[in-house]
Amino acid sequence: MSRRNKVRVGSGAGTSDDRMVPALELVERGELDFLVFECLAERTVARESLARSKDPEKGYTPSMPERLRMVLPACVKQEVRIVTNMGAANPLGGAKAVRREARELGLGDIACAVVLGDEVTELVRGHPELPLMETGEPLESILPRLVSANAYLGADVISKALATDAPVVLTGRVADPSLFLASMMYALGWSYDDLPKLAMGTLAGHLLECTAQLTGGCFGWPGKKDVPDLANVGYPFADVTADGSVSLGKTPGSGGRLDVMTCAEQMLYEIHDPTAYFTPDCVLDITGVRLLQEAKDRVRVEGAKASSRTDTYKVTIGYSNGYIGEGEVSYGGIDAVARAKWAAEVVKERLRARGFTYEDFRVDLIGMSSLHGDPGSRPEPYEVRLRMAGRSFDRRAAHAIGFEVRALHMHGPGGSGGGCEPRVRDVLAVKSVLLPKQLVNPQVVMEGSYESARL
Amino acid sequence: MSLRVYDLAHCRAGDKGNTSNISVICYDEKDWEFLQRVLTPERVMAAFAHIAGGPVRRYELRNVKAFNFVIENALAGGVTVSLAQDVHGKSLSNVMLGVELPSRS
Repeated sequence: MSRRNKVRVGSGAGTSDDRMVPALELVERGELDFLVFECLAERTVARESLARSKDPEKGYTPSMPERLRMVLPACVKQEVRIVTNMGAANPLGGAKAVRREARELGLGDIACAVVLGDEVTELVRGHPELPLMETGEPLESILPRLVSANAYLGADVISKALATDAPVVLTGRVADPSLFLASMMYALGWSYDDLPKLAMGTLAGHLLECTAQLTGGCFGWPGKKDVPDLANVGYPFADVTADGSVSLGKTPGSGGRLDVMTCAEQMLYEIHDPTAYFTPDCVLDITGVRLLQEAKDRVRVEGAKASSRTDTYKVTIGYSNGYIGEGEVSYGGIDAVARAKWAAEVVKERLRARGFTYEDFRVDLIGMSSLHGDPGSRPEPYEVRLRMAGRSFDRRAAHAIGFEVRALHMHGPGGSGGGCEPRVRDVLAVKSVLLPKQLVNPQVVMEGSYESARL
Repeated sequence: MSLRVYDLAHCRAGDKGNTSNISVICYDEKDWEFLQRVLTPERVMAAFAHIAGGPVRRYELRNVKAFNFVIENALAGGVTVSLAQDVHGKSLSNVMLGVELPSRS
């Protein structure tokens, strides 16, 4: 196992649909040791579980092959190890796909260390009494519609996977910052009980996990918060030393900006109580953090604290929850809003007359009140797009919304334009439970030989 | 035009379930105590009353001249079931920027 004084960990994806070219640029120009791809949103594993149930070879992140084709040759050449949760609902199947891609790219036999044990569907079926964190109701209430149950595993098992020396470590559901923390723990020899270092590593992971959101993406405002060369925004990395100091940077020569403003926005992103951010590894407190501009596009981070991790894993429960149907059509010119509102009433009456009912129903006037609701005080725009959406357990009821909205062209108020095909999608909802860690069995399995693991 | 959060601070919105969190980060450290006094959870709740059920909690992060507002029942049930276009409520930071503040005098 390697022991270094310093490690550089880069961020190559913050969602399964993230941009790929900046990841390649980071590998080519960033002198990385590790590259992390974080690709699982809350419900993604549930969606991939359904894909796997239809085809047992599927269930890993669908964009993984394309992503690997772009970065794997450069990673192998530069000896950058990949750590990613793109295994999604099928890490073993994903590992086979990784190895297949590597062979097809002419990179030979590449070993892949796989983290298993996050999938706890059968386990939670045996515990219908577990309370749902969101509502307090027992898990039993959604068990009949259960699709998936996955525990957010931590950095301990990921760092064990790194200890195999495999060039690629593939996981299913793990906590996002743990992907980064594990690289630091492994490379710098940190103990899993060294709270000051776990705190800094977890904070670094939290800052990095959304790629460009740290380097000028999701930030700019013309004339107020300018971002240079946003089109070529670069991805970030962290330089972390054995004693736990963290300095953030981004791809040399890339666009964007990395400063205390971008870092402060990302540090608070998706945080609730800043004294208690729960991960499987620790409970992070960021209220004492200082952000210091060391140089252009260089920020030093200090002062994260942590207390001991809890004895439970958070488990995301995916369950099917009916269908969402929607339709859209536009109105412009004189009395555009009045005609759109009239059209919405007509559609609602037609849906009622057909006997359809909905768990939830919504009318949006895009251009006026679709994003921030209707405070009743906004001026009317020149044109408006009517959007109607509803959720039902009856697929026909969901489909009927888009059908009736499209029919407004011929059967609604005058002068509508730009209707669209009726849209219907399955609803995969998620809730959470806490599961005692002792019931879960995180483990590492190799795909490919240990010998071939060495680059 | 009266003073708004936009004039003193920048914001980003995040989501977890049916809860939105919106940071308010001062451009100038000198404004933090003023915002601490006037940008109360009650003022924020009033500005979001037509969007969110609340309640609103405010956390202070003096070191990074920031506040973190946590707004419950703000996302039409949350990403996975919401009928909204902006299911994550990422655009809600702009509602915070538009919150009007009393004058400093």
